[in-house]
Amino acid sequence: MKKTYKIDVDCANCANKMEEAAKATAGVKDATVNFMMLKMIVEFEDGQDPKSVMKEVLKNCKKVEDDCEIYL
Amino acid sequence: MNKKQKKMLARIIISAALIVLFSMLPIDGYVEFVLFMVPYLVIGYDILKKAWKGILNRQVFDENFLMAVATIGAILLRDYKEGVAVMLFYQIGELFQSYAVGKSRRNISELMDIRPDYANVETDGKLEKVDPDEVAVGTIIVVQPGEKIPIDGIVTEGKTSLNTSALTGESLPREVAEGDEVISGCINMSGLIRIRTTKEFGESTVSKILELMENSSSLKSRSENFISKFAKYYTPAVCYGALALAFLPPLVRMIFMGLSPMWGDWIYRALTFLVISCPCALVISIPLGFFAGIGGASKAGVLVKGSNYLEALSQTKTVVFDKTGTMTEGVFEVNGVHHSKMADQKLLEYAALAESASSHPISKSLQKACQKPLDRTRVTDIEEIGGNGITAKVDGIPVAVGNAKLMERIGVTPMDCHHVGTVVHVAVNGEYEGHILISDRIKPHAKQAIENLKKAGVTRTVMLTGDRKRVADSVAAELGIDEVHSELLPADKVSRVEELLSKKGEKETLAFVGDGINDAPVLSRADIGIAMGAMGSDAAIEAADIVLMDDDPLKIATAIRISKRCLRIVYENIYFAIGIKLICLLLGALGIANMWMAIFADVGVMILAVLNAIRTLFVKNM
Repeated sequence: MKKTYKIDVDCANCANKMEEAAKATAGVKDATVNFMMLKMIVEFEDGQDPKSVMKEVLKNCKKVEDDCEIYL
Repeated sequence: MNKKQKKMLARIIISAALIVLFSMLPIDGYVEFVLFMVPYLVIGYDILKKAWKGILNRQVFDENFLMAVATIGAILLRDYKEGVAVMLFYQIGELFQSYAVGKSRRNISELMDIRPDYANVETDGKLEKVDPDEVAVGTIIVVQPGEKIPIDGIVTEGKTSLNTSALTGESLPREVAEGDEVISGCINMSGLIRIRTTKEFGESTVSKILELMENSSSLKSRSENFISKFAKYYTPAVCYGALALAFLPPLVRMIFMGLSPMWGDWIYRALTFLVISCPCALVISIPLGFFAGIGGASKAGVLVKGSNYLEALSQTKTVVFDKTGTMTEGVFEVNGVHHSKMADQKLLEYAALAESASSHPISKSLQKACQKPLDRTRVTDIEEIGGNGITAKVDGIPVAVGNAKLMERIGVTPMDCHHVGTVVHVAVNGEYEGHILISDRIKPHAKQAIENLKKAGVTRTVMLTGDRKRVADSVAAELGIDEVHSELLPADKVSRVEELLSKKGEKETLAFVGDGINDAPVLSRADIGIAMGAMGSDAAIEAADIVLMDDDPLKIATAIRISKRCLRIVYENIYFAIGIKLICLLLGALGIANMWMAIFADVGVMILAVLNAIRTLFVKNM
């Protein structure tokens, strides 16, 4: 399952870091951050609950870039 | 500017003013340190905070950390002014970047501003504005001059000219009248029209295009991936380099050469290293370049589904075309009447009348060529002979219209035609009366399109068609297409494309151009599938990687030129930014570049790269 989330982040490199962090989160199959459109597209592994996975994703993203936001 | 940016601008102005002021005061020692700490904290407190949090989260090598270490280091070396200035310029750079990115985001979303806000529904003689989402299929909606058509449909009343430029990039208005299909996203220019909707809003062209545009540029190109990988290794590498630069040379001098270590000098050089190391210029300008390139292309009526396709398109060496609907209009037209003993118009009238009950494209073209309303009551005893044609009585006279087989069947000898196309023989009252040549018309810009492709660097043009060899060869010869394969079934087209794919060079790509009808498998098999004339065709929009909004083949070359220019700008930025940084790193290590030069290498390069990237948005005269 794929879902798109609106994000807010200031620099392009931070967006890349968010992408890495999201990809490394358990339950996430693949993730893409589109800095220009300020969007994160997350593909979840089968049987995962997007809501709880996204909480983890947000936590991991905050770790790499304090000044970021994902609108869940 | 948004609130965040305004606040940053205020901080920049205050600290810049303070720096200038303090530089003019005759101060030194502690007073100087304390005074310069004021603008330093004003401009840099958030960077210091972020750097600290980064350390706590074990994310050491980010630009906040680099800037914090570099500036604190400079302050410890008592270069207060430089320390504060580095922070100041870094923030100016960040502000500029965020402003430029925000600006181009807005520019591009304005380009994509084709979303209609409302639909006018007439209830009890009064117009009511409703959400287009709530309009059911089959509703009559009213579109006034100046308004956007919100939903695809058919005009039931009124005529007007439509501005389709937001969709197609074509500035000539399109005339529509009762019975014509119209697509959402066009702007009604002159008259009031009523439209019966044929689709829901979510299925309408405008929604499909918006969806496509919003998801474009999420597919990343190789250059973008290269840069994010590069940034990942580059920053730590430079940091370790700085560490080595700070400690190794002084130790070597001290231990092996018996010279004074000059710690301050080497640490200063290491700090300039850190300032240069920020990868911002690269990381921002590459995706920005692609984003603006995709935005610029959509301004020209070329929708690109991702930066990877824009990149692939720029390497196109082989272009494969479908014939019907791509190079030709896909509509049949009477091109001539030959060997006719009676007046041409008279013959056409007989043929059209005999065929008046049929809806076959050929019958339609006969009726159209007749140029006057047909009185169907003149026709009786219509008999359709499958695969042969039609016999009927017009004004009581027997007429036979069809192919050579039909003529032989009724016992007349048809005359052969030397021209290419479909030949319709006509016999009136048992006598051969000549034949009508019907053919598909080559699009007016098709020849020019092939020439432009060659100018744009395409080395091989191939046409695939299901049509007969004679027709295909003649079209290919007229257009100057290198290679033609005819009488192909849809599956044959796939295997032909696969054959061509296996023959091309590794760095070259193959593009297939089709109209999206029957060629979806080929569109997806080719490196780049280009669908043309996609207005209103969902299948084509879905199957293709690049969508040409109108059906003008000239746009293929335009798309390639736009992609080439975009890639050229992207590569300029990559070479320029990496080049300047490497030179500055070298000069910094040798002690030639000071911190001022380092901050130029960082901020100046970023500003120039961003400005360069934004150029891709402008596609006039492409």
